[in-house]
Formats: sequence, structure tokens, C-alpha cells
Amino acid sequence: MELTREEQDMLDGKYGKGTQIAMKIQVAIGEVFNAPKMVPVSRTHVALSNQEADLWFVEKMVHAGAKCRISPTVNPGFNLEYFQCITTISKKDEEMIRRTRKAYKEVGATLTFDCTPYLEKNVPRFGEITAYSESSATPFINSVYGARTNRESAQSALCAAITGRTPLYGFLLDENRKGQVLVDVQAKIKNDFDYQLLGYAVPKKLKFKTPVFVNIPTNPSPAALMNLGAQLNTAGNVPMYHIVGVTPEAKTVEEAFQGDDPERVITITEQDLEEVHDDITDPGGKIDFALFGCPHFNLDQVAHVAELVKNQKLKVRLWIMTSSLTKELASRMGYLETIQAAGGDIVDDTCMDQPCWEFLYGKKGVTDSPKCAYYTKRRNMQFVIRKVDECIDAAIRGEI
Amino acid sequence: MAEKFTCHKVSEGIIEGEILLSSDDLCFYLVDPKTGVVIEKNHSLEGQSIADKILVFPSGKGSSVVQADGMYQLKMSGMEPKALIIKYPDTVLVASSIIMEWPVVDRVEDGFYKSIENGDRVLLDADHGSLTILS
Repeated sequence: MELTREEQDMLDGKYGKGTQIAMKIQVAIGEVFNAPKMVPVSRTHVALSNQEADLWFVEKMVHAGAKCRISPTVNPGFNLEYFQCITTISKKDEEMIRRTRKAYKEVGATLTFDCTPYLEKNVPRFGEITAYSESSATPFINSVYGARTNRESAQSALCAAITGRTPLYGFLLDENRKGQVLVDVQAKIKNDFDYQLLGYAVPKKLKFKTPVFVNIPTNPSPAALMNLGAQLNTAGNVPMYHIVGVTPEAKTVEEAFQGDDPERVITITEQDLEEVHDDITDPGGKIDFALFGCPHFNLDQVAHVAELVKNQKLKVRLWIMTSSLTKELASRMGYLETIQAAGGDIVDDTCMDQPCWEFLYGKKGVTDSPKCAYYTKRRNMQFVIRKVDECIDAAIRGEI
Repeated sequence: MAEKFTCHKVSEGIIEGEILLSSDDLCFYLVDPKTGVVIEKNHSLEGQSIADKILVFPSGKGSSVVQADGMYQLKMSGMEPKALIIKYPDTVLVASSIIMEWPVVDRVEDGFYKSIENGDRVLLDADHGSLTILS
């Protein structure tokens, strides 16, 4: 791999130990993928997770004196002060989140604690070379904006933030961005939830190939696109998709495939979506809670929930996870008050895959997110997965 | 007779161990760190332990966050696999294995996959790009 003088100096330790470790990891990644050189990045996002590996690595970099050249936005851990009001947080978990916040601040991150930075605070332009980790973020910025990132890990994205470089390979290159499989969507896509199921169904049929969707409604909402990408990248490693007539590198089928023929054509039927749904959801019954916001809800989604719960009394507790900015807007717009009056709440800076939810372990909830249900297998939480409207109905009745 | 195959280094290391084959992609977060047992529903290795094995599988999967954490927890509990043999490297798995210091190879000669079965002993030498089936 060819390095510039400055990059070689980073690798040789002239910019300190932390930068040296970061560059060493990136060179190793570059060599695996036959990258000819490094390229500068102008934006980064780190999927902070407040989990052991995450904290271990960021503290290691801080102790080695690393400082980010390109300050990354970061994912949520949990909102300690909020959860201390509604449940008991163990000393160990409290210490962990405090250390996580401190380490990311010291390494030079921007403490957004939000998994949808691409909607606010860290929005790339078409063609911009970036390093994003976070499974809903990489497909969104590649596909919807036409910015360029590989499917970085939290650690490799932090390395890129520190060195300001990323190896040139994969989705940074034109030829690797072309569609591979034509996905003919014969199922009727009626709402944002159908995009969740579509995103989850496709990798089962085509593995890691870049899908090109046709016959999808031509004006999907931001939430629909967010859902599609998050599930594609959860059920498989699919950090980019095209929707003909919607995403910027797919004005036509020909453009999406860069003039080549699709390797395969697959169809997705109503039955495929139903099978995926049956496969991932727990059976209905009495529920104990409702949880939304994986990925974080945007303001439209919050407004929709507020509309549904207006003047209602929820039988079970309900939370919407979102960014601090969206929560602030929800408060100004009166949505927060409406949701709280029904017995629900909005919590910012928080991910569902965090120990703050321990009081729900062993219980059954409803959610609209397959991703949420997928990762909480480890936390002994059961989830019935339905579209938002049905989830709210279940929360009002206490069962589904 | 020992059969030798070429491969390509992803993450350095030389180690000998027993083969465990997975036809499905793997998310290390859906492995119980206390036992090394795969807990993912309907996975081809569901209920089996990956601890101390040389694990052969197509690719990593799952969110970029949880893969590294799953690997780290297995490492801390001592229930990690000895090495990984993969077909399709992805950035998350590559970065995590370098950081965790797990030996990993890819680009293995086709004949290797035809020759191995569960339980075979293999010498994996990532540094020199070779895989030797010992028995």
C-alpha cells in the first residue's frame, strides 16, 4: 500500500502512539482489501455502544494520546440521569456509562448520542468520502445521499476519525457501487413497516449482493428508507441499495447496474414478507411494554404516535427513543406532553441494547423494529413485532 | 497424509485446532460468552459451542457494533474460537479480529473445502498463508 509522507509518519509514531495504532489497524484493513492508498475523510460517525469492547478500545486510544482530526458524531449509550429516575442502575453500569462519556469526550468526539446522525448534525453531500459505522447509517448515506462509506466497525471508524484517512476500497470506488441483483417487489408496500420486512427478507435470498429495487412506491418517507437500510444491514451485510427512480445513483435500471445485466432477478411477494414476519416475531398475548426508536424515531414518527395516543390511556408503559434534538422539538410541539398524558414517554440519548432496560428483562413487549427484537435476544426480552399503529393499539389494550 | 492448501492472511497468527463448519454467516453477539454456545434461532450451529475451534464460515453478519462486542466478550471469558477461516471478509470482522488478535484467513484454495469435515485437525498459519489438514 502506498502511503503519503504524512501517513507514513503517522504509522512510524511521529504523531503519537494513539495515531500510530489507528494507522496500523487501517493499513492492515487496506491490505486485506487490496487498497492502493489512503484517502482523506471529511466526516465520520462512530457507533459508540457503551459495551465492554467499545469502552476498552476508546480508553486504550485515549491513554495512547489519540485525538480525532475529524470529530465523529456518536451513537447512544443510555441516558443515565433519566433512568436513575425510573429504575435502579447498578454501580457497575453507572460507572461504565460515565467512563464511556468521558473517554469519547477526551478522544474528541461530538457527543450527539444518536444513531440517526444522517438526519441531523452529520449530513454528507453526494460523493463525499466518509467513514461511518452504525448499521442504519451506512446504507442511508450510501444509498439515499450518494455519499461514500464502507461498512465500518465502530473501531475502524474511530481510527478514521483519528487519522483523518480511510483505505481506498469497497464502496468508495465507482465499480463497487453498482447494483448486482434486481429485486422485483411484487408485494404491496403500503407503509413504513413494510420496508422493515422487505429489508429483512431480501438478504435471506441474495446474501450480500447490492439490491436494486423496482416497483416500490416512488416517494418513500425518510423513515421508510431508514428502516429498509437498517434491516438490510442487520439481516445481512448490505450497506448499500438502489431504488430505481428514488436514490441518486439509480435514475434508471441501466444506471443502477452501470450498464451491466443483473446477476440475478428475484421477486419478493406478500408471502415472503409474511414468512419473514412470522419468523422474527414472538407470538402475541399479554404484553408488558411498548418500545420504539430502533433506529431513533424522527419527528414525524413521534408526531404519529402522539396522534394515536391522544386522549387515550395506555395499559402498559411506552417509550420512544430518539435524539436530544428531536425530543426538544417534540416538547415544543406538544407531542411530549400528549404522550406523557397517555402514560408513555420519550427518552433521548438511549439505545434499546443497553443495561438500563434490565427492569424489562423476562417481559414481553411490542415494537415495530425487527432489529430491536434481533439484538435483545441476548437480553431475554420478548418482542411481538407489528406496525406502529397495531403496537399502539396493543399498548392501549395491554395485549395483542 | 497431511494435505496443504494456500490461503491469505487477514489477521496474523499460527495455531493448530479442530475444525467446526458453519454453513451460515455468524454474528458473535448471538453466542453465549459464558459457554461459547451459539444461541441464534435456526442457525446451523445453534446449540453448539465454538470455543477453541477453528471456525469455518462464509462471512460475518450483524450490526457493526455487536460483532466486536461479541468477540471481545468471548475473548475475555476464554471461550473464543482459536481461529477463523472465512470466504467473504467484511470490514467489521477484519477490524475486530486484528484488534482482538484472533488469527483469521480468507482466499482459501477450493480443494480445502472439499477435503475437510467437522473434527479434522488443521494447522492454520496466517503469517505464511497456509492451511494443513493433519488428520
